[in-house]
Amino acid sequence: MLGFLKHPVVVTADINLNVVALTAMGLLSRLWQLSYPRAVVFDEVYYGQYISFYMKRIFFLDGSGPPFGHMLLALGGYLGGFDGNFLWNRIGAEYSSNVPVWSLRLLPALTGALSVPMAYQILSELGFSHCAAMGAALLMLIENALITQSRLMLLESVLIFFNLLAVLSYLKFSNSQKQRPFSPSWWFWLTLTGVACSCAVGVKYVGVFTYLLVLAVAGVHAWHLIGDRSLSNVSVLCHLLARAAALLVVPAAMYLLFFYVHLSLVYRSGPHDQIMSSAFQASLEGGLARITQGQPLEVAYGSQVTLKNVFGKPVPCWLHSHQSTYPMIYENGRGSSHQQQVTCYPFKDVNNWWIVKDPGRHQLVVSNPPRPVRHGDVVQLVHGMTTRFLNTHDVAAPLSPHSQEVSCYVDYNVSMPSQNLWRLDIVNRDSDAGVWKTILSEVRLVHVNTSAVLKLSGAHLPDWGFRQLEVVGEKLSRGYHESTVWNVEEHRYGKSQEQEEREVELHSPTQMDVHRNLSFLARFLELQWRMLTAKSDGSEHKYSSSPLDWVTLDTSIAYWLHPRTSAQIHLLGNVVIWASASLATAVYTLLFFWYLLRRRRKICDLPEDSWLRWVLAGALCAGGWAVNYVPFFLMEKTLFLYHYLPALTFQILLLPVVLQHISDHLCRTQLLRSLFSALLVAWYSCACHVFNTLRPLTYGDKSLSPSELKALRWKDSWDILIRKY
Amino acid sequence: MLCATSRLLAARTATALPAQPRGRGPGARCRRRELHFPGHPELDLDDFLTGRLARPSVPVGRRAILRRGRMPPAVGGGPARSELRPRRGRCGPQTARVVGPDETAKPAARSRKRPGWGSRHFEAAGRWALLALVTLLSFATRFHRLDEPPHVCWDETHFGKMGSYYINRTFFFDVHPPLGKMLIGLAGYLSGYDGTFLFQKPGDKYEHHNYMGMRGFCAFLGSLLVPFAYLIVLELSNSLPAALLTAALLTFDTGCLTLSQYILLDPILMFFIMAAMLSMVKHNSCANRPFSAPWWFWLSLTGINLAGALGVKFVGLFIILQVGWNTISDLWHLFGDLSLSVVTVGKHLTARILCLIVLPLTLYTATYAVHFMVLNKSGPGDGFFSSAFQARLSGNNLHNASIPEHLAYGSVITVKNLRMAIGYLHSHRHLYPEGIGARQQQVTTYLHKDYNNLWIIKKHNTNADPLDPSLPVEFVRHGDIIRLEHKETSRNLHSHYHEAPLTRKHYQVTGYGINGTGDSNDFWRIEVVNRKFGNRIKVLRSRIRLIHLVTGCVLGSSGKVLPKWGWEQLEVTCTPYLKETLNSIWNVEDHINPKLPNISLDVLQPSFPEVLLESHMVMIRGNNGLKPKDNEFTSKPWHWPVNYQGLRFSGINDTDFRVYLLGNPVVWWLNLLSIALYLLLGSIIAVAVQRGAHLPAEVEGLSQVLLRGGGQLLLGWILHYFPFFLMGRILYFHHYFPAMLFSSMLTGILWDTLLRLWAWSLASSSLARGLYVVGNLSLLLGTAYR
Repeated sequence: MLGFLKHPVVVTADINLNVVALTAMGLLSRLWQLSYPRAVVFDEVYYGQYISFYMKRIFFLDGSGPPFGHMLLALGGYLGGFDGNFLWNRIGAEYSSNVPVWSLRLLPALTGALSVPMAYQILSELGFSHCAAMGAALLMLIENALITQSRLMLLESVLIFFNLLAVLSYLKFSNSQKQRPFSPSWWFWLTLTGVACSCAVGVKYVGVFTYLLVLAVAGVHAWHLIGDRSLSNVSVLCHLLARAAALLVVPAAMYLLFFYVHLSLVYRSGPHDQIMSSAFQASLEGGLARITQGQPLEVAYGSQVTLKNVFGKPVPCWLHSHQSTYPMIYENGRGSSHQQQVTCYPFKDVNNWWIVKDPGRHQLVVSNPPRPVRHGDVVQLVHGMTTRFLNTHDVAAPLSPHSQEVSCYVDYNVSMPSQNLWRLDIVNRDSDAGVWKTILSEVRLVHVNTSAVLKLSGAHLPDWGFRQLEVVGEKLSRGYHESTVWNVEEHRYGKSQEQEEREVELHSPTQMDVHRNLSFLARFLELQWRMLTAKSDGSEHKYSSSPLDWVTLDTSIAYWLHPRTSAQIHLLGNVVIWASASLATAVYTLLFFWYLLRRRRKICDLPEDSWLRWVLAGALCAGGWAVNYVPFFLMEKTLFLYHYLPALTFQILLLPVVLQHISDHLCRTQLLRSLFSALLVAWYSCACHVFNTLRPLTYGDKSLSPSELKALRWKDSWDILIRKY
Repeated sequence: MLCATSRLLAARTATALPAQPRGRGPGARCRRRELHFPGHPELDLDDFLTGRLARPSVPVGRRAILRRGRMPPAVGGGPARSELRPRRGRCGPQTARVVGPDETAKPAARSRKRPGWGSRHFEAAGRWALLALVTLLSFATRFHRLDEPPHVCWDETHFGKMGSYYINRTFFFDVHPPLGKMLIGLAGYLSGYDGTFLFQKPGDKYEHHNYMGMRGFCAFLGSLLVPFAYLIVLELSNSLPAALLTAALLTFDTGCLTLSQYILLDPILMFFIMAAMLSMVKHNSCANRPFSAPWWFWLSLTGINLAGALGVKFVGLFIILQVGWNTISDLWHLFGDLSLSVVTVGKHLTARILCLIVLPLTLYTATYAVHFMVLNKSGPGDGFFSSAFQARLSGNNLHNASIPEHLAYGSVITVKNLRMAIGYLHSHRHLYPEGIGARQQQVTTYLHKDYNNLWIIKKHNTNADPLDPSLPVEFVRHGDIIRLEHKETSRNLHSHYHEAPLTRKHYQVTGYGINGTGDSNDFWRIEVVNRKFGNRIKVLRSRIRLIHLVTGCVLGSSGKVLPKWGWEQLEVTCTPYLKETLNSIWNVEDHINPKLPNISLDVLQPSFPEVLLESHMVMIRGNNGLKPKDNEFTSKPWHWPVNYQGLRFSGINDTDFRVYLLGNPVVWWLNLLSIALYLLLGSIIAVAVQRGAHLPAEVEGLSQVLLRGGGQLLLGWILHYFPFFLMGRILYFHHYFPAMLFSSMLTGILWDTLLRLWAWSLASSSLARGLYVVGNLSLLLGTAYR
């Protein structure tokens, strides 16, 4: 107990001064003059607006990635005391004094700087020499593109950091597996792997590829573990369970946690509300919640409702009708019923109100007690302002001739009877006797006579329809589609018997007092779904590029230009490193297959342990490059050079692996080896020279003359900006 | 799963091999055979074949003796097997020869088995009868009421029409390769259909036209699917009940039935897929006699069927992947077999390259050759192809073209981009939408021939009508500055410093001006590539570039598809990069000038590889164009296996006879359940083996069938299903059917194995057998009665 009295307390610490030095250099290179330029640089304009939303607690929807990355950036803003008041509208706009630029950019810069010593750690954990590990870190240090990307309010460097952290902690874990399984450090690294993976996915979806890679490697290792007969069944089971918990359960929980924090941070309604469902909107403070609070829950006969289309594409809209009728003859010569138009209208309007009527009774008011409408009931829908009945019949719709026209029935006495009975089909009902609920119920209106379903076709009517959206009756047999589903958004019990009173009533705002809450899981699922399906416009950006351009660095991005001088920030890689990294990947692949084939014929060029090391390094580094690069060929979104940086990082890690292998195994004589080392030194100084040459474009601190800039334009496709005086 | 299997192989060869009495006879070959199908002692195989269950209580040592003892029947079984399954039979005797030495060593055992001969004959006959029965049943169901409905159903309107095009020899364009439609056309031709029916829309009555030939042909191929599946499963599992179950599943599946009854590409595609699979499996079982005649036969047959599958639809690529994977793993095992010299492995490799790459490619190319030879008349597909290509088609105005040779002012022309599948320079009365450059008239490229493709060449400085007879003809020369006026809308081709709609680095191209009066941004310098100054410009032959005078950019098409507002035509831009690419080079195709004499021109005929490449480019572009729109009912891949929603084939409101493509729910849900069960069982077995659990020989054999045979089928299912999740194009329910075939076969193998395992675990053999039979029967009956 009191041992410390007898023996002195000794703390031994191994400090690898190399790592310290690397960290220091990394910090220096990334943090130097961090708050310069004091202007919005490139995508800061994009992330900045979300930071502002966080600061103001306003809900937003960003389809580009999960909220963790945005939250990290916002954390910087929070620590720097940012109030969110800045208009992020233009690249190059000067920051006002309330924007804490330094603290906003600090986090990406820190993660970028820490990636340098982590490269060292990874290589030494992979079992390569100290020299190779140093090489990897030094290459990371002088990679211009990584520096540029880390010094700004962007997420790539954070993503790279978590990718590397996941790989590093997995390696630490698997190395400690051999010695001390289930020790605290074993648990620590295992859990950290899961956490880092989930953080990577949380920053950007592309992090999922690294996660899958780590999972695959872990799977292979676990498979070997299963095959290890020296372990008992129970201990194998424990191993597997521990891995499953740390690599599957922990990331999933973390991912949910990000969304939980996100949703509890942004609770006010904002500009992106419209994309979400009515129920979601009602759960936000302000906005729709203010209107829908205190609405009666159950829709009854005589209820006044607005019906919103659930699919909401191309725009969210409400079922609408107005005095105008369909034109007798369309432009293409087809005829119509000439009855009153029914459309879908993307704005709140008094003409969006409909009254649910019992076909058997004449009253348009709610009886006392209210009689709720249930699934399967047949109802009529009366347009509030014109008192006409929603109707559909076997007449071709104006723009979708294969569907039925929907109209508000006008009796012209032309042997076209009204067909205004609709059967209510509650899609998300609990039971077959489910009640139609405001906001929560998603319903389809099935026409009784023709089995047509009320559907938003998505087409815009021409001028006679005031460019509103077309509503049609679609055959029920075509199946289920969200555009046939509607929900009640605003709702009140109708009280006025007379039309004029009713009009006044329709114009009045609905009363409010109850607040309806959606469970977190439902909100998470909806938000996630909308984020994944949010359509990014496929149009090309001026600086967008295709994945093929990346490997050869055939493209560049102008990030920022000084408003007066020609100082500029340009995303450009260190050409020497890019070229040699690609070369190294090719060499690795060739050598790998060569060795593999030779081993198959039982010719072992490499000793077993160095072969295993070689394979693991390849699986993680070359594999990391491949999984972070190849999927971009299948993506349809707009792509930029910076999407390649995570892949590039892995390629840089592979470079010293290949070089050391060549020096150890392929250079047979001492002379060759010395020659090779000399060559390496020359090559590295070459890389340093390129770094130095491109430095003004990386940091943007020095204004170069046009001729100097022209001299820097090594490739025609580099869009270096040259001012014309 | 496959990975697991290969590890498992390694483990077995390393540890279990010495314990097995195998190192006999021509050892090398035997062992290599075992590397393919480890744990498949010939005895078990033979036992499975006879549907007999080995008694589990036999101790290991005795089993070894028994195995030797029973070996000869395999020999005796050889001819019998060859009788009952003729295709496999070619391999059977050779198997016997390999184990020959054993045979002589154990004459006593052979004599012991003699009495079995008669019953074996009987069984053989039974098997023949079964195969015949399966085939017959399949044909009966497929051909039953084949003539109904007597009107065009669903996609018959396309494929029937294309069949007619072949008979009429008119050129058309389709996104699928030609073989399937050619076969339909051939079937129609042979059965006396004259190609006069129009196939305008679904529901059109055939009346007196002979459509039964085409339907019959498709139904014939569709009917063969069932016996093929039967044989594949038999080959993979050596279990008759499994094969029967599969056959029953497919015979009684309403979806397969419906899809096989109409003039569609799917029965043809599925036929080739299954045939390729069957020949691959057969070839695998010939692996112990490399380079023998049957080995070559099945290998080349695989190649032929691959070509067929790819020639019908590009979906055939998936079966190619499957065969490719199988071949690679096969070669990998051969390569790892140190008893084979590198030269032998090289021979193997060459054989596969010849039969699985060279042969299919040749055949695939040959189908195109036939396609282009047959279709030699101009038709609806002309505009998709380059001018030079069109000149091959009789009836096209470029065929033996007679047009003015040199471009003159006042000529009405169409301008075609030289890059494949880009089309004609086009404009129409629609403006670029707000926010996308200037709100002026759109200029696009368009693949179809259309009045809006016509442009008039005018001088840049005068608006006088050059066709005025009083004026002399003035030819356009290299380097002239011209104006291109759109004939229909009288707007000039125009460009300016605005970003192009999609390619932001380029400038926008619009139609500008009223009745030909515009501004200086309408001036273009016309240049002939590789030509000196002053020469005239030849129609069709000259490759021209149009350079915008003010900005110095070059007119080109980026090849990107404009969104809805641009009618999904292709973007035209003016690129500031002067690099010479085909995108910015054009040629003049149609040329109308009444003041010039028409001269017969022979256009350079394109070589066959060029034509082939061009048609592929056009097909790829066409496939990419099939994109679903918002608010449209589309089928999602996850709908398919659960039989969520079918496809209406025929029967709108007016007819009471309706055809609806929907799978048999019992079959489909059983399939789905089986895949889940298979994954579960497969991983349990794989883990057990990896843990080094000692499986009894019986279970071992069964698990081998499950892992290897089932693994191949599972791979087939995965390959034919999951790629659809990545496809951006519009998808239909019937795309799932190839995958469904694989999953039905998997179901057959899985349930058979499951029941056997279950029966085995109950020790009493009679009870076990009874249970097994009852289980199989109930599955069969359940399927049959739905």
